[in-house]
Amino acid sequence: MTAPRDKLGRPVVVVTGMGIMTSLGAGKADNWAKLLAGESGIRTITRFPVDGLKTTMAGTVDFVSVDPFSSTGLSERMAELVTEEALEQAGIGAKADFPGPLFLAVAPVEVEWPQRRELGRAVGAPDFTYDDLLRISGGGKYSSYHHRFMFGSVAAHLAETFGTKGSPISLSTACASGATSIQLGVEAIRRGETDAALCVATDGTVNPEALVRFSLLSALSTQNDPPQAASRPFSKNRDGFVMAEGAGALVLESYEAATARGAKILGVIAGCGELTDSFHRTRSSPDGKPIIGCMNKTLADAGMTPDQIDHINAHGTATPENDKMEFNTTSAVFGELAQKIPVTSNKSMVGHTISAAGAVEAIFSLLTLEHQRIPPTINYETPDPTILFNVVGNTARDARVTAVMSNSFGFGGQNASLILTREPV
Amino acid sequence: MTDTASKPGQTEVWITGIGLATSLGEGLDANWAALSEKRINVDEKRFAPYIVHPLMPVSFDSQIPKKGDQRQMEAWQRIGTYAAGLALDSAGIKGNKDILSKIDMVVAAGGGERDLNVDTGVLTAEAKGANAPGFLNERLMSDLRPTLFLAQLSNLLAGNIAIVHGLGGTSRTFMGEEVAGADAARIALARIASGESDIALVGGSHNGERKDLLVLYEFGDFNLKDKFAPVWARKDHAGFALGSAGAFLVLESKAHAQARGAKPFARLTSVVADLARRKQPGDMAATLEQLWAKLPRREGKGAIISGATGAEPATSEEHSFLKGHADFPVRSTGTMFGHTMETQFPLGIALAALSISRGALFPPNDSTGTEIEMQGAPSQIVVVGAGHWRGEGMALVEAVG
Repeated sequence: MTAPRDKLGRPVVVVTGMGIMTSLGAGKADNWAKLLAGESGIRTITRFPVDGLKTTMAGTVDFVSVDPFSSTGLSERMAELVTEEALEQAGIGAKADFPGPLFLAVAPVEVEWPQRRELGRAVGAPDFTYDDLLRISGGGKYSSYHHRFMFGSVAAHLAETFGTKGSPISLSTACASGATSIQLGVEAIRRGETDAALCVATDGTVNPEALVRFSLLSALSTQNDPPQAASRPFSKNRDGFVMAEGAGALVLESYEAATARGAKILGVIAGCGELTDSFHRTRSSPDGKPIIGCMNKTLADAGMTPDQIDHINAHGTATPENDKMEFNTTSAVFGELAQKIPVTSNKSMVGHTISAAGAVEAIFSLLTLEHQRIPPTINYETPDPTILFNVVGNTARDARVTAVMSNSFGFGGQNASLILTREPV
Repeated sequence: MTDTASKPGQTEVWITGIGLATSLGEGLDANWAALSEKRINVDEKRFAPYIVHPLMPVSFDSQIPKKGDQRQMEAWQRIGTYAAGLALDSAGIKGNKDILSKIDMVVAAGGGERDLNVDTGVLTAEAKGANAPGFLNERLMSDLRPTLFLAQLSNLLAGNIAIVHGLGGTSRTFMGEEVAGADAARIALARIASGESDIALVGGSHNGERKDLLVLYEFGDFNLKDKFAPVWARKDHAGFALGSAGAFLVLESKAHAQARGAKPFARLTSVVADLARRKQPGDMAATLEQLWAKLPRREGKGAIISGATGAEPATSEEHSFLKGHADFPVRSTGTMFGHTMETQFPLGIALAALSISRGALFPPNDSTGTEIEMQGAPSQIVVVGAGHWRGEGMALVEAVG
């Protein structure tokens, strides 16, 4: 590594610490081993009754305890644990004194059913109106609910715990949130505002209402039995995504700052790109132009051409529409290379970690670069004949990987892509 | 501390469009007239004992022509999509495909607008003994409207703006109550000042007429009850009155604005934000003082537009900070518009830009002496946004010189 600045004269942004948690387990080592082994983290939900639900499985993180339980509490705890792992690896700053800002991708926060039910019980009458709930909400008995269900509460907790600097940003770009958190960190370093940034993405929202919401939009797989086989990216018989929980944290630094302190460089965020699709709230523009534009912007941001990308970590949700759209748009950008470049979808094993996915998959991409081995897309038994990706099906594959494109597409027309490399380009 | 001040060699950023839909009315003239006449629109009855500042009714059709689009949104999204359209109109870029295809959007959003009938129905049925394991699942599967989720998702305010107004650039949604509005402006300014972006749409919207929000803030006893009073006169009767409002700004590099002949309302010079620990009395005031010190203020008449909520102890902390800067006359948006949460900071920037462009600060409306008359035109206005619980932001808006 030589150049501290990229082709556009901006500081090169490197990764010096990573932490991860998914339904496969906690930490990079455990996740990577299971990912390479083709293990699935998808299982039948036990956290709450699944009676009456069309989808009864998910990639839940059940090995982290939170008391009192809430989805936001779980998101916060996972974020804390992955950040600890990333900071330990990076060895940056001092305890509770991270020398830069926090960018947090987090699911939108709201009062949840356990707390709402607690209020309902507290009314103490069989018949009541919403006004009665309102009447008993004050007086301090539920002040912890206020703090818990502030949108900024998770970021505030992390900022105080890890001593990040300035105003922590909580963001949502739906399923692209994790990638956006990284993009914000990259931009802050490139602008010279900071030498380091902590980018965290977390999602612990497998709860009944969240499942019902996606279910009512017909977005979820209903192939409940066996749950491990539900998530089938690029397969002919794919029928939706599988909700999942997880978190990822990345310590970003300028190349200059990282080398000055002798930090081990784990990889480079060579390019970021985003482009809005204004076609529809949940569907991509049929011509795919926004996604094509997003990938092209990312290549341009990295100063790279399609032939320099030798692996694609796909969004690959396993919804009928996404995977087809992803192949068509990738083909538009990469031409025939789209059928040659090895492609994989981590979601086949860990499910769709929604707000966390962009960061979780960026970390898996960086581990792919480190180990020169591409994790498989499992459940790839019946390839969709119209999706001509070179899918790394069912078993991991050794490969020479120097640059990975990782894609994230979300509701609300959110598209974001990242290019990760081993060395500065 | 994170800050965004234009540095030497960085491009100047102008405010070239403002869109307002508030409890005082729609558009710049209506809001300015109400401010000048010290008119406040509060409803003390509909949610009694809680007080809200309801949206002055608007004809959504004029900015959201398709009824189908309106049906896909809840009120907070309709208000925001409407105000965003006003801002694009104000900047003269509505329908300008070249510009809208590259505009960068940063939206400060809450979300989660709920169907109260569904919630109450589930809870009362449970109170009457419904306790089958799948009861909640079944009720939600049958009672929730499929599209309600999209009306609740935070990033779908930006999504709806993109769809309705044809924005095809980029879109980021920041959450985190009041300071999200400051951070949205901070990041948009930083991106334009550094040349990453030429033009941005920044803002937020809030529907304060929501019982589910009253419940959330009642958990912390933050709601103003029984009797309205200006923000500074609530010390012994603390709380905020939720307000409905949409406030959007078009921020643009000077070069980009000049190239298309756009006139600025004002210049957005700097936005800074921080997270005070608020463990000890004085923590928050000290953070505000540090933010103040980072603003590149100049000689000349200045004023402060505060988003103080009326909640304690934050309002008293901010008040003590303001006392140290008595040469800057203060105005409170909380008194005039209620507390519009994520929208309060963009609203403050909008009113600062409007005041500068109209050559006068709007009159005080306060019984405590915190707000004093101002003679002459302000050349710089500091917007202060301190959250009711967490987060502090500050912006410097200046006359284009």
